[in-house]
Amino acid sequence: MNFLQMNIPLNITKTISDWIFSIMPETAANYTIMVVIAVAYLALFAVAGLYLVLLERKVAAWFQLRIGPNRVGPWGLLQTMADALKLVSKELTSTIKIDKFLYNLAPYFVIVSALMAMAVFPFSKQFQAFDINIGLFFLIAISSIGVIGILLAGWSSNNKFALIGAMRSGLQTISYELSVGLSILTMVLLTGTLQLSEIIEVQRTGGWLILQGHVPSIIAFMIFMVAGTAETNRAPFDLVEAESELGAGFHTEYSGMKFAYFFLAEFINMFIIASIAVVLFFGGWLSPFGITENITWFPEVIWFIIKVLGLIFLMMWFRWTFPRLRVDQLLTLEWKYLLPLNLMNIMLMAIVIWLNWTI
Amino acid sequence: MTNQEAQNKIKTEEYFINMGPQHPAAHGVLRLILTIDGEIIKNVEPDLGYIHRSIEKMCERDSYQQIVHLTDRMDYLSSHINNEAVCLAVEKGLEIEVSDRVKVIRTILDELTRIASHCLWWGVMGMDLGALTTYFYAFRDREMINDIFEETCGARLTMNYNVPGGLMFDIHPNFVKRTKDFIAQFKTKIPEYNLLLTDNVIFQKRTKGVGILTKEDAISFGVSGPVARGSGFSSDVRKHHPYSAYDRVDFKEILLTEGDTFARYQVRMMELWESVSIIEQLIDNIPEGETKEATKAVIKLPKGEFYQRVETARGELGVYINSTGNKNPYRVKFRSPGFSNLSILNHISKDVLIADLVAIMASFDFVIPDIDR
Repeated sequence: MNFLQMNIPLNITKTISDWIFSIMPETAANYTIMVVIAVAYLALFAVAGLYLVLLERKVAAWFQLRIGPNRVGPWGLLQTMADALKLVSKELTSTIKIDKFLYNLAPYFVIVSALMAMAVFPFSKQFQAFDINIGLFFLIAISSIGVIGILLAGWSSNNKFALIGAMRSGLQTISYELSVGLSILTMVLLTGTLQLSEIIEVQRTGGWLILQGHVPSIIAFMIFMVAGTAETNRAPFDLVEAESELGAGFHTEYSGMKFAYFFLAEFINMFIIASIAVVLFFGGWLSPFGITENITWFPEVIWFIIKVLGLIFLMMWFRWTFPRLRVDQLLTLEWKYLLPLNLMNIMLMAIVIWLNWTI
Repeated sequence: MTNQEAQNKIKTEEYFINMGPQHPAAHGVLRLILTIDGEIIKNVEPDLGYIHRSIEKMCERDSYQQIVHLTDRMDYLSSHINNEAVCLAVEKGLEIEVSDRVKVIRTILDELTRIASHCLWWGVMGMDLGALTTYFYAFRDREMINDIFEETCGARLTMNYNVPGGLMFDIHPNFVKRTKDFIAQFKTKIPEYNLLLTDNVIFQKRTKGVGILTKEDAISFGVSGPVARGSGFSSDVRKHHPYSAYDRVDFKEILLTEGDTFARYQVRMMELWESVSIIEQLIDNIPEGETKEATKAVIKLPKGEFYQRVETARGELGVYINSTGNKNPYRVKFRSPGFSNLSILNHISKDVLIADLVAIMASFDFVIPDIDR
């Protein structure tokens, strides 16, 4: 089984894999390669998460007539590195009356579920660790594990503010999971597959799905972005942390690296939501109008990253513009507006496909 | 199973939660003891005294000139107006009539203070509701007012520009020009404020119909300022008991009848326009005259009681001085707007959500040192 070569036939990785296979037996080499890939992914996303934090701070600064971090490194590029270093070296403090086991377990639930989703990400045709045929389903399933971590954190902290935050998180995630799932389902009707690489390949000939499915696709995209923002617990849906109401919500009692896990997970989750949207609506790694399709050396991953960053910017725009919703308004929005709209949208999409009205 | 039956079947308990003394929404050290059922607030009990500095007692020790400085530290966002209240009370006792120049300058600075205070409140209101950007927009404009104050008074927050008998010194030569520049700029900023926050659907949903205060309650609880005017209670001291130059300017008293959080918000936003218009009426013709009437180095008020009320950015501030004829007062009492406004909080925050309480508190514009003194 030449697992790595199958998926990543780039020259550098091929050299590394050949070298590993040359010095150890095949089974050991396969396991070694898995570990190497896992470590590389972890490092990649830790750094990606850190730079998303920096991007958020810069974007926030631009929205707020400020300059943003500009002291550590050129243009503040090393600011979040310094922050992470500080958080790693900080003492882990906690109150006495916590449920120690659950309290320590909670951050790992959140960060692991966020990182696991990375496994199926189609960065480019060659750059995908794990191309399974139920990729989308896997993404939805994995990303909903995170809420358990938040619930545990709120419960085990023995803090009323944290508990309120955790309960809000529970009802918010359960509600908006429906909208995320249904809007994805709408698009799956169009693609006919759950495998991420195939979903993208469908768009190579027919154009991006947001154009192929026109009206129902655009509705699905809007619902997905609203529900996705809610899923990541970001403003205007940040009731879970709601600093002016609950202090810091579910992670009130966390410090140091454990807090950093929650913090990082939020940004990786944002990356996940943006990536799903890019795959489902904007053609994944495909270039717009196929402008770089014939350039073989051009790394398609660049298109993927550009599109993802565009959507992340949109989510940051939400955050720095809108006030926060109230708990009952949050539920009203989902159950009274988004869910019925979503169900009708699925019907519309089915009719569009049945009558062959796709572009 | 109806809702009532379900509630009888499932036994729930109310619980206590301490909102404060260190809480982001309190903007200071106010402790609210909340009784909550789930997320629904059943009772709000304010616990005061965390920033009590016994200013009233310290006033009994100090001379009349020194009292002025203490009032800076009460409602620090209206410090100029606080100073003026004490000065007016002392001038009343000494039977001094200050020159027109002093009156006009005091009024202009009052209104600049009011704009600065409302700016800060607007930013913080947005922040309490989760829109962080408002804060920085508000501070950009407030900064210009602070610069004007810095140039003229030498201070940005605690002005100490008023003294019994007039002003400490004359205005800076740049004052008129800079104020005009500011007014011209600020008139373009208020629509921006509305665009960013007032017209936002989420903001309106969060504030409309929340924390309704009726006119009857507003009167019986002694509520004043924009909070009372949002409920239709005409309580503007500037209109009913004009002081300084307010009798010679033309301005509207903003009265809305809804009494909800959004009405209180709207009152302040409209007051910004009124303040701008007052400054515009006065800034071009500041009369010439003395900036300070001669007073003795040691002021001794005649025996008796003196009371002066002014309209700060938060409501009616009353200064009561009881003098026995000595160089320091026998008793000083401040009727602060924040304290009276806080008394209504429990009454209108029954059966609202925690998020609503934060919105209501933001619309009351509490400055905690003003409540505690």
